[in-house]
Amino acid sequence: MKFPIRYRHFEKIEKHAWLLGILTAFMVSLGGLAEITPLFMEAHRVQPADHVQPYDPLRLAGRDIYVREGCYLCHSQMVRQLRFETQRYGAYSTASESVYDRPFQWGSKRTGPDLARVGGKYTDAWQRKHLLAPRSLVPESNMPAYPWLEEATMDAEDIQARMRALRRLGDPYTDEQIAAAPQALKGKTELDALVAYLQGLGTQREASDE
Amino acid sequence: MQATETYDDHVVRLFLLAAVVWGAIGMSVGVFAAAQLYWPSLNFGVSWLTFSHIRPAHTFGVIFAFGGSALMGTCYYVVQRTGHTRLALERLARFTFWGWQAACVLAMVTMPLGLTQGKEYAEPEWWIDLLIAVVWVSFGIVFFATLARRRIRHIYVANWYYGAFIIAVGLLHIVNNMVIPVSLTKSYPVYSGAVDAMVQWWYGHNAVAFFLTAGFLGMMYYFVPRQARQPLWSYRFSIVNFWALISVYMWAGSHHLIYTALPDWVQSVGMAFSLVLLMPSWGSAANGLLTFNGSWHRLKTDPAAKFMVLSLVFYAAATFEGSMMAIKSVNSLSHYTDWTIAHVHSGSLGWVAMITIGSLYAMAPRALGKPMHSRAAMELHFWLHVTGTLLYIGGMWAAGVIEGLMWRETLANGSLAHSFIESLLAIKPFYVVRWLGGLFTLAGMGVMLWNLWHTADDARARLINPIPVPVPEPVQDQTPEPLSSAGGSAS
Repeated sequence: MKFPIRYRHFEKIEKHAWLLGILTAFMVSLGGLAEITPLFMEAHRVQPADHVQPYDPLRLAGRDIYVREGCYLCHSQMVRQLRFETQRYGAYSTASESVYDRPFQWGSKRTGPDLARVGGKYTDAWQRKHLLAPRSLVPESNMPAYPWLEEATMDAEDIQARMRALRRLGDPYTDEQIAAAPQALKGKTELDALVAYLQGLGTQREASDE
Repeated sequence: MQATETYDDHVVRLFLLAAVVWGAIGMSVGVFAAAQLYWPSLNFGVSWLTFSHIRPAHTFGVIFAFGGSALMGTCYYVVQRTGHTRLALERLARFTFWGWQAACVLAMVTMPLGLTQGKEYAEPEWWIDLLIAVVWVSFGIVFFATLARRRIRHIYVANWYYGAFIIAVGLLHIVNNMVIPVSLTKSYPVYSGAVDAMVQWWYGHNAVAFFLTAGFLGMMYYFVPRQARQPLWSYRFSIVNFWALISVYMWAGSHHLIYTALPDWVQSVGMAFSLVLLMPSWGSAANGLLTFNGSWHRLKTDPAAKFMVLSLVFYAAATFEGSMMAIKSVNSLSHYTDWTIAHVHSGSLGWVAMITIGSLYAMAPRALGKPMHSRAAMELHFWLHVTGTLLYIGGMWAAGVIEGLMWRETLANGSLAHSFIESLLAIKPFYVVRWLGGLFTLAGMGVMLWNLWHTADDARARLINPIPVPVPEPVQDQTPEPLSSAGGSAS
């Protein structure tokens, strides 16, 4: 068999595991370096807009419950830059809105509707009832009921640990805010926190638009 | 001394058993989750039975527990056979088995309980991630140490894919799981917002690329020629595809974020590379299929070969679909709908599960020391699996296109034609079809489990004679033909 190109260069790779390994590692690193590094540098350079504030303690607790309950598996928080999206959900989402989202909540599937602009769309009472028994308000819905949220209370010390961890990552929480956090959670259930989080979604964006 | 060296197939048998058991568990969770989408009260008001809690257990169970066990088991099998050597570091290899099983059990228990990082396919909390990282590095050490003691100088291409799978998955796992722990039950990613989105889908897409593609291509490149009983159609084509596949795949992750708040240039780069990716994908599929040229008659008698051939057809179909879905205008319709779910399962049930099942049916008789207990059961499994897969992806594809069209339909006056709940009502029947498809597939897995259990009689009774390593190496069977050491150009 005749090889049109000089095969012996390739032969070296095919007979040396270390060379194969190093070349493989190099080739698989390129894409990530090219796409992630610029975003990472930009995120460190650009400050979030003034109107985007870190989550207050109750909403932060609510956000963590949202993640724990896996809401993101059926609800996105990303109004795409398409006319039928903005028509249905409201102004399209911007990157600055999610700078305090760890992890991000853009989602990948909408078994239920997008929630990026859901804040204020329904009353607190509606949201509570809907979380506890979705089909009492929307008979056709296939959303699961989350009755356990009503009884569960929250750990005041845990929220401080969470805020401190986030501050270590760069979120601008002050000592006073962290000290006052347990007070904000006093007597609140997980349901209260989750509803507070949902009612805050998209409201920071609206404040800047008006 | 060398003449009595035998292959270490004990760890291979353990992984074989684990793979099939995890397959049945992971698919059961999937079937239960699918049922809840139609009958939402099936969570019985219990948090850890609820769809949003068990969906990560389904994906982790089938990808990492089932797929991972099958990959590690076949990898240990293949690297020994293609190198004519016994597995290196026997005890470390045994640790990779128990370590991996421990990580899978911990993940499958903690995720439904609400311990989650909240990143798709990377949900287990930080301390489970640490265990996974330790096991993974050990796996890499065993693999490369075995390569280092091989007796055939040329490294067969299947090992290239297994090697890339090990290196890339290690890299992806570590970068995407960088978190600050708050407690044993909670951590925050060091990335936020758009950066986190890009890192997550760089990971998510390349988990597909290197876990669900490169790893299984390694399986394919060994077991397809083995089952077709003839050499690979083109060895050099497989090498070209290797470099193209591993370098292009890593760029394509941003196609999961089209029309989002991710910078536009990254979206476009992702789309462009996704289209290029079609070439090495189809190259690999074609190479596998053409290997059957001249031995197509085996499909009549060998169910394992049937699984393999159909898996390659699904691989070609799913990668074509994936490239098309990465086109911005197609993506505007398909994204966020059940079309994505159809696509994923075309790849996972069609390609990944079928090449795995085919390879396990090919490997089991050799690792277990006797032919498969029942050929009829293998046939039954094939048809159950094919029926289930077609029902599943057909149903979800239809549902996805309906949703996509309904969400964008506008009336003459420019207002939206449908509320969101109307789109849900329209697709609900397809959720039943999908659930049925899942049941068929799961039933097939049950048949496989039964069949393997009876094939493993001798293994359980410890009656298996270890297979000796062929020494000295039979160079005449090497692919490609070894080059003469004196001259550079081959003739």
